Amino acid sequence: MLEVSGLSKSFGGFRAVSGVSITVETRQIAAVIGPNGAGKSTLFNLITGHLRPDSGSVRLDGRDITGAPPHRICRMGIGRSFQRTNIFPQLTVFENLQAAFLVHHRRGRNFWLRSEELYRDDTAALLASIGLAGEEATVAGTLSYGNQKQLELGLALASDPAVLLLDEPTAGMSATETHETIRLLERIAAERALTLLFTEHDMEVVFSIAQKIAVLHQGHIIAEGTPAEVRNDPEVRRVYLGHGLTHA
Amino acid sequence: MTAETAGTTAAALPRRAGYRRIPWTLIVFLVMATVPWLGSRYDTFLAAQITIDALFAVSLNLLLGTTGLISFGHVAYFGVGAYVCGILMKTYGVPFILAFPAAGLGAALFALISGYFCVRLIKLYFAMLTLAFSQIAWAIAYKWNAVTGGDQGLPEIPYPHLDWMLSIPGCADLSIGARFYLLSLVLVAISLAVIHRIIRSPFGRVLTTIRDNPERAAFLGVNVRLYQLASFVVAGGFAGLAGALYGLFSRGVFADYVFWSKSAEVIIMAILGGVGYFWGPSVGAAALVWLNQAITDYTQYWSFVLGAILLVLLFGFPGGIVGGIDLLWQRVKRFRRA
Repeated sequence: MLEVSGLSKSFGGFRAVSGVSITVETRQIAAVIGPNGAGKSTLFNLITGHLRPDSGSVRLDGRDITGAPPHRICRMGIGRSFQRTNIFPQLTVFENLQAAFLVHHRRGRNFWLRSEELYRDDTAALLASIGLAGEEATVAGTLSYGNQKQLELGLALASDPAVLLLDEPTAGMSATETHETIRLLERIAAERALTLLFTEHDMEVVFSIAQKIAVLHQGHIIAEGTPAEVRNDPEVRRVYLGHGLTHA
Repeated sequence: MTAETAGTTAAALPRRAGYRRIPWTLIVFLVMATVPWLGSRYDTFLAAQITIDALFAVSLNLLLGTTGLISFGHVAYFGVGAYVCGILMKTYGVPFILAFPAAGLGAALFALISGYFCVRLIKLYFAMLTLAFSQIAWAIAYKWNAVTGGDQGLPEIPYPHLDWMLSIPGCADLSIGARFYLLSLVLVAISLAVIHRIIRSPFGRVLTTIRDNPERAAFLGVNVRLYQLASFVVAGGFAGLAGALYGLFSRGVFADYVFWSKSAEVIIMAILGGVGYFWGPSVGAAALVWLNQAITDYTQYWSFVLGAILLVLLFGFPGGIVGGIDLLWQRVKRFRRA
């Protein structure tokens, strides 16, 4: 269970995130939505330790993880994908995922083993699971955009997280790619019993898979609840007027 | 397996399967080892310089090509190694077999101290701080008369005892300089093999993730600064070993060895040869040493010619000499297939 309570962060007087509280139950799929600049990415960066909150706390299964550095938070079981695709462009697809396994199994301190021999089966299995089998030898930076996003998801999964944070997993994707990505996410979340928290612009995506939705506006949570509750919330309708929310 | 799949898989996955190439490494080592017999004294001198510079440049490339750290002060660790070995052997009469590893450890220790601060900064600021530390090392070497000999340096460092090599068949006629060259060649070969192994290890793989994307590496669970520091220390240690050999090879250690221009020189070697390849910096070292003496035979404007060559290379072959050869080889293969 991921509990965010009273989280605030200001940048030079601008309150990007202001007293935000969200609870995501174990195995729940939750979404944070809101217009551009609402503070979604900042909220994610606060949870994952890329930014230190001014106040408030983040708890994972009751354990306070507020303000820990990213590499520690990752080790505690929070995986993350980024809004701008974040892979290792000069390594091959295989090497990308294998590196993630090496780090997860804390082999990075080994100066002597041959890295290419390690976690080959795990890597191959994960590649198949995220739909990139056959791309092993491709240099990651040359993959298509959609495939890079898939690879990034793989990087997050290699560390076997309990909670996965996805920052706009379908941003910039075509309709087909979006559809495939959603199905992939649903399948993987079910297979791995993941707790999922994601941000997304595409309301169709949000309402098709989220069990819980929080609406962020100007750094505040203005509504929180099931998709039906959020859809009928007058404040949300006002903020999202003309954004197609009612049709979703 | 068709030619096409062979081409793509060789790039990444089964480096072991079907990877039957010509053993270039062994051939180069053997050719280098015959220089004292087949070449002149001057050839041996050049070969020794190339050998030692190759280790220095490869150690830098652990930072540059593998970890993605640009150090403008790598000469500091080279210099510390040269001084540690020189002082131990000349002032305290410590045998080479102890002074040599001590030089590596001393340089690694200095890298640990300076690196602790350097990895707290990124990119250009990191580079400037490495430069600052190398200038501090230079100032100490230049002014601390009692230990480093100050601007007089430490001349006439004794060669290690290499008389035992005379009893090896075929070596009876070798000069002490040639024998020291052969010892250096073996030590450098071992060092390069160790560095190669480190780069291929899980540790090395983690370093490449930091090079490619430090933010992402951190969120795989990598303590980025710690790994950068470890890489800095390892690179510094091997630079120290190169420095120790260089001090003995040139029969003295002087403050010049720690001057920042030598940091630039080793960066040029790495880029000239190709930072993306394990052998790039060694090829660059050979090219620079050879060019230096070949061009100075014809003109005094050596740096002008070098500058022009670098310019052409950086625009034409950003992968350096080895990158250029690689590209050419790919083209030939594609041409043959077509």
